[in-house]
Amino acid sequence: MDAIILQILNGLDKGSAYALIALGLTLIFGTLGVVNFAHGALFMIGAFCAVTLQKILSASYTVIDPSQTDFLGRPLEVSKPYLEAWLGPDLGGGIIEWSVPLAILFAIPVMLILGYVMERGLIKHFYRRPHADQILVTFGLAIVLQEVIKHFFGANPIPTPAPPAFAGSLDFGVWLGFDPNAIIYPYWRTVYFLFSLVIIGAVFSFLQFTTFGMVVRAGMADRETVGLLGINIDRRFTIMFGIAAAVAGIAGVMYTPINSPNYHMGMDFLVLSFVVVVVGGMGSLPGAVLAGFLLGIVESFASMNEVKNILPGIDQIIIYLIAIAILLTRPRGLMGRKGVMEE
Amino acid sequence: MFGLEKKDAALLLIVAVVTLCAPILLNPFPAGSEMAQFNAGYPDLMQRFAIYGIFAIGFNILFGLTGYLSFGHAAFLGVGSYSAVWMFKLLSMNIIPGIILSVIVAGLFSLVIGFISLRRSGIYFSILTLAFAQMSYNLAYSVLTPITNGETGLQLSLNDPRVLDAARTTGSLPVTTLFGAEMRSATSVQFGVWEWQFSTGFYVSAVLMLLALYLAIRIFRSPFGIMLRAVKSNQNRMSYTGLNVRPYTLAAFVISGMYAGLAGGLLAAMDPLAGAERMQWTASGEVVIMTILGGAGTLLGPIIGAGFIKYFENIFSKINDNVLHDWFAFLPDGLNDFVVTVIAPFFGDGWNLTMGLMFMAVVIFLPGGLVDGARRIGRLFRRKPAGAKRPDAATKPAE
Repeated sequence: MDAIILQILNGLDKGSAYALIALGLTLIFGTLGVVNFAHGALFMIGAFCAVTLQKILSASYTVIDPSQTDFLGRPLEVSKPYLEAWLGPDLGGGIIEWSVPLAILFAIPVMLILGYVMERGLIKHFYRRPHADQILVTFGLAIVLQEVIKHFFGANPIPTPAPPAFAGSLDFGVWLGFDPNAIIYPYWRTVYFLFSLVIIGAVFSFLQFTTFGMVVRAGMADRETVGLLGINIDRRFTIMFGIAAAVAGIAGVMYTPINSPNYHMGMDFLVLSFVVVVVGGMGSLPGAVLAGFLLGIVESFASMNEVKNILPGIDQIIIYLIAIAILLTRPRGLMGRKGVMEE
Repeated sequence: MFGLEKKDAALLLIVAVVTLCAPILLNPFPAGSEMAQFNAGYPDLMQRFAIYGIFAIGFNILFGLTGYLSFGHAAFLGVGSYSAVWMFKLLSMNIIPGIILSVIVAGLFSLVIGFISLRRSGIYFSILTLAFAQMSYNLAYSVLTPITNGETGLQLSLNDPRVLDAARTTGSLPVTTLFGAEMRSATSVQFGVWEWQFSTGFYVSAVLMLLALYLAIRIFRSPFGIMLRAVKSNQNRMSYTGLNVRPYTLAAFVISGMYAGLAGGLLAAMDPLAGAERMQWTASGEVVIMTILGGAGTLLGPIIGAGFIKYFENIFSKINDNVLHDWFAFLPDGLNDFVVTVIAPFFGDGWNLTMGLMFMAVVIFLPGGLVDGARRIGRLFRRKPAGAKRPDAATKPAE
């Protein structure tokens, strides 16, 4: 029993990332009808927002510290972050340690602007072109974004630790009455899961309970009619593109402590999130979220040793197998609407 | 000639002459001169031109004719490579059995994948092929290690059986041959200031590429090819006329899979190695880029695209900051540094960035690819008299 709960928990953090990326992909597809192959790159850029902020915050200068000496007895040169000098070691050091959560505030405007520019500058011209062209141009854009990041940050993963307050692990089993140490789950992954729930909830309530969201939903259902009613639906869809980019971006920010970001992490996640979107149903937001968590959990079950002994290699392909099965038997996905991209 | 129309025969002939003279034509700069680094006439690169040309020609038969965008073609290339290397290990270092097997295995593999994937079209087809290719890649990396040798990649070793070859237990690893002619052997000819290398490997690949092109022309001009074009322009209308389109698309898929297998087998024949990274989806993306860059749906486009990408991949990665400083040496110092800093990211390791930008530019501004660009430029020079029918109006498919 505890093993099963552990696998579910393990699946949740990856599932959260899948769900967030797939949510953005579906938002873009549902509103603009565009298949965005650059969405993984947006996730990656979000992660690098965290890296950038960490670098900016820990910008430092060297001072000679007479109290410390090296092995020859000379005073040691210590690099001291400006922040610590200005705000004192407690507050300054604290801010540096909390750079990943703080990066969310930094990433949201960056991603909103990036998404806006991307939609106005590029995607706008591809509404009337076939889906294949949209795939191709966004694939090209993904390559470009990835190479730009590689140029500025290098090819190696950059470690970005979580705040020390979340460094340890949660002994989750004790809460449920199991023995101590039966179910150990890192704090940060718990945070990531809860965070993704908050974001998903925020996106849904935004669409459900605001006038803006109502108009967007109406536009998703029937763009032409909404346009005829004198509402500038294009502008709202552009903003939705920005929001989708921001969702992918902050998903990337919060993912950095789990996996050190490198320039091709976006491509790695992209394929899987497309699979997630397809399984959930093209254009269905709840479907994308559900399928994201579901596939994350299924993947983590498939990587249990007991399963791998029966079906070797199943953990590597299970997601793709599910996607193929779904596409062949129920092309509109788990929760897709009838008639949306069924062919 | 060979059942081709005059125009196509001329095209094939020109390509044949250019290809067979490639070792001369691609070495326009004298050996040892400053510009010699831009020469492409060395065997390794020329082989890749020809092999990736085959790969792209095959991809074009599927994408260019039917419009089905497959993101998983690298899987067939990888399967072809693995089967060829296995033939070298088990049977003989002669490349013929290896290449034949790689084409057959890739054909069977694409038959299975195509049969399933072609049940859907559009974006779903792309994702299905992508899923299959990633599955093959992941399996080749993990569970299938006994067949694929996992991360190290499949290599020859001295104690392979090689049933048909004379036993060789000592000495160096055997090399791939075509009835005794070693693939990597090359004759170097000095002619004035130029140096030309004629290698067996290149000519084998070149002849196969010409054969592949000939077959592609025949397919393009056949009723079958016209059927495939009809699928591209309006699949629904095809179905309404009572035709089942799936056999046609499946045949196109298998043919292009076999082309990819041939390319994979040739890659292994030139260098008997096969690794899983050849199957990764970014490798599939590369052939997509080649075909689109050159011009999807045209006969020459894929070859030009493949040559273009492989040439610049090689040349760009050689250009480092020092070379750039030399180029702009005529500028004053400060300006020189500035220019080099600005353009350096696009050269050297930054080749992928340049390629991505170029690819985007082609998709946005020139959907017909480089071939279409050349055609447009040609049209500028010989303007039809006013009032003549615009040529593109006639070529637009009816929607």
